This record gives sequence, structure tokens and C-alpha cells, in this order.
Amino acid sequence: MIRFEQVSVRYEDTAEPAVGPVDAAIPEGELCLLVGASGAGKSTLLGTVSGLVPHFTGGTLHGRVTVAGRDTRTHKPRELADVVGTVGQDPMAHFVTDTVEDELAYGMESLGLSPGTMRRRVEETLDLLGLNELRDRPIATLSGGQQQRVAIGSVLTPHPSVLVLDEPTSALDPAAAEEVLAVLQRLVHDLGTTVLMAEHRLERVVQYADRVLLLDAPHGRAGGAADPAAGGTAGDSAGCRTSGGGTRIGTPAEMMALSPVHPPVVALGRLAGWSPLPMSVRDARRRAGPLRQELAPLPEPVTPPSRDDRPAGRSPRTVETPGATTGRPGNSLRRSGDGLRSRLRAVLRPAPDRAGAAHRSGAPPADGGTAPELLARAAGLTLVRGAVTALHEVDLTLHAGEVAALMGRNGAGKSTLLGALVGLHAPTSGTVAVGGGERLAPAGTAPRRLLRHVGLVPQEPRDLLYADTVAAECASADADADAPEGTCRRLVAELLPGVDGDVHPRDLSEGQRLVLALAVVLTARPPLILLDEPTRGLDYAAKSRLVRILRALAAEGHAVVLATHDVELAAELAHRVVILAQGETVADGPTSEVVTSSPAFAPQVAKILAPQRWLTVPQVRAALAGTGPPDAPGGPDGPDSPEGPDAADWSDRADVPGSGAGDAS
Amino acid sequence: MTPMTGQHTARARGVRSPRPDAPSGLPGPRTGTLPHRLRAPLARRGTALHPGAWWLWALGLATAASRTTNPLLLMLLCAVAGYVVASRRTNAPWARSYGAFLKLGLAVLAIRLVFAFFLGSPIPGSVVIVTLPEVPLPGWAQGVRVGGRVTAEGLVFALYDGMRLATLLVCVGAANALANPARMLKSLPGALYEAGVAAVVAMTFAPNLIADVQRLRAARRLRGRTDKGVRALLRVGLPVLEGALERSVALAAAMDSRGYGRSAPVSPAVRRATAALTLGGLLGVCTGTFALLTAQGGAYGLPLLLAGAVLALAGLRLGGRRSLRTRYRPERWGTRAWLVAGSGAAAGAVLVAAGDVFPEALQPPAVPLALPPLPLWPAAGLLVGLLPALVAPVPAPSRPASPDGPAHGGSSTPGSVSGRPATAGTPDASGPPVPSAESAASRLRPSAPEEPAL
Repeated sequence: MIRFEQVSVRYEDTAEPAVGPVDAAIPEGELCLLVGASGAGKSTLLGTVSGLVPHFTGGTLHGRVTVAGRDTRTHKPRELADVVGTVGQDPMAHFVTDTVEDELAYGMESLGLSPGTMRRRVEETLDLLGLNELRDRPIATLSGGQQQRVAIGSVLTPHPSVLVLDEPTSALDPAAAEEVLAVLQRLVHDLGTTVLMAEHRLERVVQYADRVLLLDAPHGRAGGAADPAAGGTAGDSAGCRTSGGGTRIGTPAEMMALSPVHPPVVALGRLAGWSPLPMSVRDARRRAGPLRQELAPLPEPVTPPSRDDRPAGRSPRTVETPGATTGRPGNSLRRSGDGLRSRLRAVLRPAPDRAGAAHRSGAPPADGGTAPELLARAAGLTLVRGAVTALHEVDLTLHAGEVAALMGRNGAGKSTLLGALVGLHAPTSGTVAVGGGERLAPAGTAPRRLLRHVGLVPQEPRDLLYADTVAAECASADADADAPEGTCRRLVAELLPGVDGDVHPRDLSEGQRLVLALAVVLTARPPLILLDEPTRGLDYAAKSRLVRILRALAAEGHAVVLATHDVELAAELAHRVVILAQGETVADGPTSEVVTSSPAFAPQVAKILAPQRWLTVPQVRAALAGTGPPDAPGGPDGPDSPEGPDAADWSDRADVPGSGAGDAS
Repeated sequence: MTPMTGQHTARARGVRSPRPDAPSGLPGPRTGTLPHRLRAPLARRGTALHPGAWWLWALGLATAASRTTNPLLLMLLCAVAGYVVASRRTNAPWARSYGAFLKLGLAVLAIRLVFAFFLGSPIPGSVVIVTLPEVPLPGWAQGVRVGGRVTAEGLVFALYDGMRLATLLVCVGAANALANPARMLKSLPGALYEAGVAAVVAMTFAPNLIADVQRLRAARRLRGRTDKGVRALLRVGLPVLEGALERSVALAAAMDSRGYGRSAPVSPAVRRATAALTLGGLLGVCTGTFALLTAQGGAYGLPLLLAGAVLALAGLRLGGRRSLRTRYRPERWGTRAWLVAGSGAAAGAVLVAAGDVFPEALQPPAVPLALPPLPLWPAAGLLVGLLPALVAPVPAPSRPASPDGPAHGGSSTPGSVSGRPATAGTPDASGPPVPSAESAASRLRPSAPEEPAL
């Protein structure tokens, strides 16, 4: 149905092709998943199928793409509209009309179908996607999952034989993602539609795929090279590939064995040496009997880094000097993580002589096991906006050194709660106080003052960035925060090594932009850091980098709150999970308890190994390896894990301060 | 797949209010007003009134308003328009504009009165309310007066005049609130369809822009800068524009890949003819209008205008041949549309006719001061304008649309595939949807070992 023949795309101003060469054929009625690190050219390749690349975006297409026998070189996107349906990542950017029914009909109107046919197909599609109740609704009032379904429906009505989807579930909560994936599954199985889809959240989609197209970042691509983690990925994976910079296509199990990016279920399968690799929790669970037995006598990692065992993790601070770790040869990853922490500390910490006059009130408590400082408290927080009660009687306390994950479906009030903590919304009733002893009410505090107590990285990190270059952005961040000149620049250098000061923030990758925004927020050294959906649009490499940074920050005594849909991230990082529904707290407790008690929020490993409470692959690996550090070379994953240090593995390689593994030693 | 189920359920949803096709055996509310089949149906896609009907109705009322300065009649007219709006408007964004038009009307009235108070009035009056000090003006400003005597007659005249303007605004506001602008644009002729699409896109962009501005102002606060004041607003202008531009590009890509702009092959002759007709027509319209407006060109103005209009229409029609587009469920002009448009036209016609019969009553003189009379027949004619409140389809029951967390969960997820229970108390109760057998298995396997520590 789709055939790529030696396809590569090069944009005008770059020397290297953005993608390719790709050689693959996708037969009719398959759900093909496009897998690759950020910057590997997934979106570009998807664009070639609908003809938007090169007709709309410019660039040069080499080779040939044929869709249902039509050559995209000679057919413009509008002439392919009847065979290819394309849905982008942001459904709102896709809608031309204002109501659901009109939107479904729009494509058919353009194609000039007869009114009777249109009417019939709209009714069919409304039923197929479960949208009938929404048919008269304005699109703007729908939820994310509903919008995504409308977007898919709107390209289905012309009965395309190929559906191209770019990250259809990235922005959705788990339930909404299931809605969308159920629809895709149904299309493939009932209608024989061919689906080509790119998605970062492999744990959600890989089980539905019939075929995986593995895409490597072409060598030396700037996007990957600037981010060492991604760069490492590209280099490493190319090493084990027959054709560097090429692509492979095969069954999910075959491809996942090679893929630098893979979901936890695959990582566990690799760890346990299962063959073929499991793609779904069901597959893995059927094979996991022996593993469960093996793990049964081992101590379960009760809670990842709970607050009580942090002092141990922090103790080396007094002896380590900044920069000392970086020079050590052959530093293991655990070390490099520690190094990141100490380097961060070096930047975030005022110089000793100024420490006395420290203007940071939220300094982490002195060593020696004193109770962690209370950084923020919300009591009976109720927030009404218009006719909607966004938050209802929410109680929350946040202590220094704690990582808390806020979860819950879209619209449950997660972002509103973060906004209330940072003063964007004034509480209708109840109180919010930040700033530790100062007990500031965020909404009533001057932004400049509040900046030193709490910082928020918004859902769209780009909103925080105004300047034309990274350097200018850093300078203005220093000015905003009254920080000594160069503070932000040094933070950026630590968190994002290798990024040039002259780069426009827009040209950074999604993950780099997030880290830049984080650096800007950190410039004022707020003890409380809030992140809204930080992993949206991040690939595994960028995510593992973020996990490392946030862990280092928490170990430094920052409190970190993440609003996220990403259960794997929460399991990996959070000490504590707070679940919101309809603006109320429905669960608040240690991660291992909260996430294992509800399937919707359980990470894959927990589902596979239930009733035992393992949450992440590194925990399992560390337990199996006995007392050794979690990523000691020659561990059980040695032979079949192609990736090297810093690989894009689901951050199992990240340093795990104070996690079960660390404590076991 | 069953194409018709959709329609049935959609109908079933409307059971709360009487429908024309409801079996008469049902125990409906027997208020004895109208038989079932004549009662206004629930407005759905198929039964909704043509937006053009609302505009014609409103223009009829506006014509009536322009024909009188009788405050009683004008107030009656406002009441008629207000009642119809109150009974038939939806909770759509444009429907909320009615309040803005009311305020605008009041503002116009106030301004008119203030001007009359300070600048005097040409009406010769005898009842002096107050005498302001008069500002001496040079000779060339003859006829203009600042300050001086303020007479009751002058103010009354200004009041009448201002009320007429305000009523006109109220009528336009009523049309605005009642007619769906997107549907109105969809009724444009084929050649103008793309312009209509552009307008609809622009309309949906506006709320996005506002949301962007709010978001970016919040982000400024996060950077420790103030989010208040004009400067803060201006500072976010560039990023907002940037965002809008990006969104437009994304939308253009989406539209392109959805077949926007596919055109049928048209012979060059037809294309040239289209261009000639349209250009010639527009030229004729312009010249004709100009001639009509100048004093001496009245004779040839009207024919020229008409000829131009005909040419332009022919051009549009021919231009429509290039477009492959078909219309999905075009607006239908039914009996109810005729009734609504007719009622407005009737109200207008009655006052136009009454202008000759009761000139005194329709234009009550300000001198001498007297209570204006209420001419019965014109008033009765205006009441015809209430007909839409009876015959126009009833808008669907309003649904609270939450601004930021629209509808995932809570009472507003009627359409989720899974039929998840709406009241999701605990995470366990709000189990994941069950899209397929395999996923169900994968989801349900690790059942809760323990209750969460709440």
C-alpha cells in the first residue's frame, strides 16, 4: 500500500538529509509503527506519505514514495486526499470548521462527493468512533481524546486506504489514549485500513503494531548530536546495524530487540532474556512466572527514594568537590549522575562567602537527619472558575527533597493546582502558602519575589522563552532573578552541554527546550519546582535525561512536583503520587502503593510482576544482580542490550540515588 | 454499520420537548396552546432555522424602527426583539453578543443626550431647564453653540432620536445573537465558498488568540515579570503572533492534505468569461451606486446598478463551475423560515404604511411637550414580530461547557467509547475503558493488591 524506494529528504539549509535512505513496503491492512529517537526524521517521513513533504514544506525528496500506486512526486497533497488521511499531533490545528458534524463532512465536501453519500458516511463514522452524542457540539468544548477522535474521523470519511498519524496519543491521558487506540485497532481490523503511526509512548502502542519501521538518525544530524544522550543513541545503535543511517522493518519483536528506544515491557523482556520479546503486558505476564519466583525471596524495593533515606544519598556532598567527578576516567553512570548533582550544586549554590547572606530562604536543611523543611502547603484549597469547580478542598503539603507526581485525567485539576501554587490563580477559598517559613500567599506576592520560592515550567516550555538566542535568554533570566551574571548560562552548560549560545530556542529539540526552560526557572534557585506535563513529546533519551536532572535536584533539597499522565515516569521518579479527579484528591501516598493499587496508573513492570511491587526495570535489574550497583557492566542484560552508556533505554541507566538499589548496598 | 442509528439516538435525545413528529397519543403537556404538530421543534442540524431568516426578520424590525421616533413604539420594538432573543437564543459565543449590543445602544442614547445638553438643539423650546454659560465662538463657527439654554423640548427630541438609533442597534444585535454566523457563511454561493471558509477559520482563531494571550501573560508572571498593564500585554504580542502564524501554517497543511482547493478543469474561455463578467459587474455596481448618490445621476444610476449586479452574479455562478465542492446538509429554507422572515417584513411594512396614515403618531413632535400617543394599529403590527418566539425551533438545552477542562469525565462525557462511569470516585472505580479484548486483559490482570493509602 505504501512503498518507500530509496527515499531520503534533504532541506535546503542542511548538508545532511533529514531522513533516509528508507526502503520499505507496508502492505495493506497493517498497523505500522514508526520508531526512532527525536530528530530521526519520523515526522518528515510521515509527511512524504501525504505529499506534504516536499510539496508543502519544501526540501528535496530523493527516491520515490508511492501510495496506493500514486507517486507523491507527481501528486500534490490535495490530490492524495482521497487515499491518505493525515492527523497531526495537535488536533486543534487540524480543524477547519466549528462543529463535529461539519468537520466530519469537510473532507468529503472538498472531494465533491454527493450529498447522499456524505450524509451516510457521516452517520457511519459517528457510530464507528462513538461520536454520535457529540455531533452538534462545538469542537472547542471537547476533551483532548474526543478531539483526537474527531480528527481521525474527519480524515476517515473520504474512506482513505491509508491513515497517517503523528503522535496521536502523546498529549492524552491514559484513558483517552485507550479510546484513540481502540478506534485505530478497529479501523485496521474491521476496515482493513493501513495505518502508519509515529509515537513516542511506545508502551502504549507497540502491542497494537503489526510491523515496526525502525528509523535511525542519519549520521551527524544536528538534532541528535546537540543532545549527548540522543547523539549517543544514534551512534550506538548504528554500531549494531548493518547499514548505518538506514532503516529496518520487521515484526515488533524483532525490531524491539534492536531498537534503542523501547518500552519497559521490552526492557524487562531483554533483561529476563525472553525470546521472542513480549510486546504486551499479557505476553510478558505469561512468561513472567519464573521471574516472579526468582524475585519473590528478594526484598521488594518498598518505596523508591522515600524521604527518610535521602540523607544517605546526600552525604557525599561534604567530601565531593565540584568537578572532581567529571575528570575521573571510566566513570560509571552512577558516578556521572552524582557528578551532575555536584555540578548542579556548584552552580545552584551561592559561593561560600555569600552563603551567609544567602537570600534563598528555602535552603535545604542542614545535613544530619533533621526533618525536611516544609516548602508549601495547601489547605482546603477550592478554586472556582466560571461555573466549574476546578479544585475542591484540596490539601497538599510538600517538603524539601520530595518528588511528587500529580496524576489524573485531563481536566482533573492538575494544572490548576500547579497554577495555584505559583500564584496564577487566587484560591476561592482555603489557603495556599509557599516559601517555607515565610508562608507567602502566591497570588498576592509580587512575581519577582515569588520567583525565588517557586518556579513552574509550563506545559509548553516555549511560553517561557522570549529571546532570540539561548545566550540572550540566559542574560534576561539572570536579570529577572537578580542572579549574578552567568548563572543561567552555567546552568544551561550543565544541563544541556553542547548547546551553542547563538541557537534560537525555536531550533532546539523539544527536550532541549524543556531543559532550557527549566534552567531559566532554576536561575532564581526556587526550592520548589513545578513541571506541567514535562514528558509530552519527549523521546526516551530526553526523558531519561530529564529524570536524571530532576533526581539530582531533589537530592539537592528541591521539592519537585510533576503533573503528568506518564505512569512510567511517575514510577521512575516520584516518591509520592497524588491522584486528582474532578478537582478532588482521591489518593495521596507513596508511589509504590498508589500506582500498584490501580491498573490505570500502574506502570508496565508493576502489571507484569503483580502482586509483587516492582515498579521499574532498574529495580528488578538491581535486585537480580544482588548487591551490585544497578548498572554494573556485565549485568544480566549484558549480551542482548546493544545500547551503551547514556543510551535511550527507559532511563534504566540513569543514576538511581537512594532508590531500592542504592539502599540495598 | 447502521447509518440510521445515529439519527434515531439524536432524536431520542430531544424527548424533553415536544416534537412535531411525536405520536399524539403521548401524554404531552396539555396547556392547550398549540397542537403538537404546530409546536416549535427542538433545533437540531436538520430543523434549525436558516440564519438568513433571522437576518431578514431583524432587518424588518430595523426598518420599522427607522420609520418612527415614537418612544412607545420603539420600546415596544425593543421588547419584541428582546423577548424573541430571550426565548430562542443558544449559549453559543455569538449569542452572548446581545448584551454588548444593548450596552452599545444605551451608550448611543447617553451620548446623544449629552450632546444635546451641552451643544444645544435646533428645536425651539420654551421650557428651560437650566441655562449654561455660553462659550463665545468666532464668526466662522456660526450655527454651532456650546452651552446656553437647555430646553426640555430639545432633550426630548434628542431622546426620541437616540432611542431610534439604539433600537436599530438592538435589532442588529438580535440577528447577531440568533443567527449562527458560520452557517450564514456556508450559505454563500459556491464561488465565494472559500472566502466563507476563510471567515469561519478566522472566527475559530479568535478564541485561540485570546487563550494564547492569557497563557503568555501567565508565563510572564512565571518569569518574575509583572503580568499587569498595557506594556505586559504588548510584550506578549510578538509571541502570540508567532503562535498564530505557526497555527495557520499547520492548518494550511491540514487543509491541503484534506483536499482544499481541488478544482475541476475549466476551459480557458470560461475562465476569461468569468473574469470579464465579475469585473464588469463590479464596475457597474460601483458606478451605479456613485450615480445614485450624486444628485443628477438618478436617471441612469439605478439601471446601471442592476445591470452590474446581474453581471456580477452571473460571474459568480460561472466561477462556481471551477469548484468541485458539494455541500453537506445545506441550510434549508422551510415554512418556519418563511414565517420568521415574513413576520419581520410584516412589522416593517406595517410601519412604512402607517407612516402615511398616522404621521403625527409615528413622529410625535417635541414641541409642544406632550405624552406621545400610542397608535394601536402600528403597535399591533409590531407585535407580529413576536411570531418567531412561537414558530422558530427551540434551541437545544444548554450544556455547561467548562472553559479549561472540557469534559473529560464528569457529566459531559456522553460520547466516550468506553462508557466509563461518570462518577469516578477512586482510581479503582474509574477503571480504564475496555477498548479491545487484548487490552482489557492486559489492563485487568494486575488487579489491585491492596487499597491505596488514602
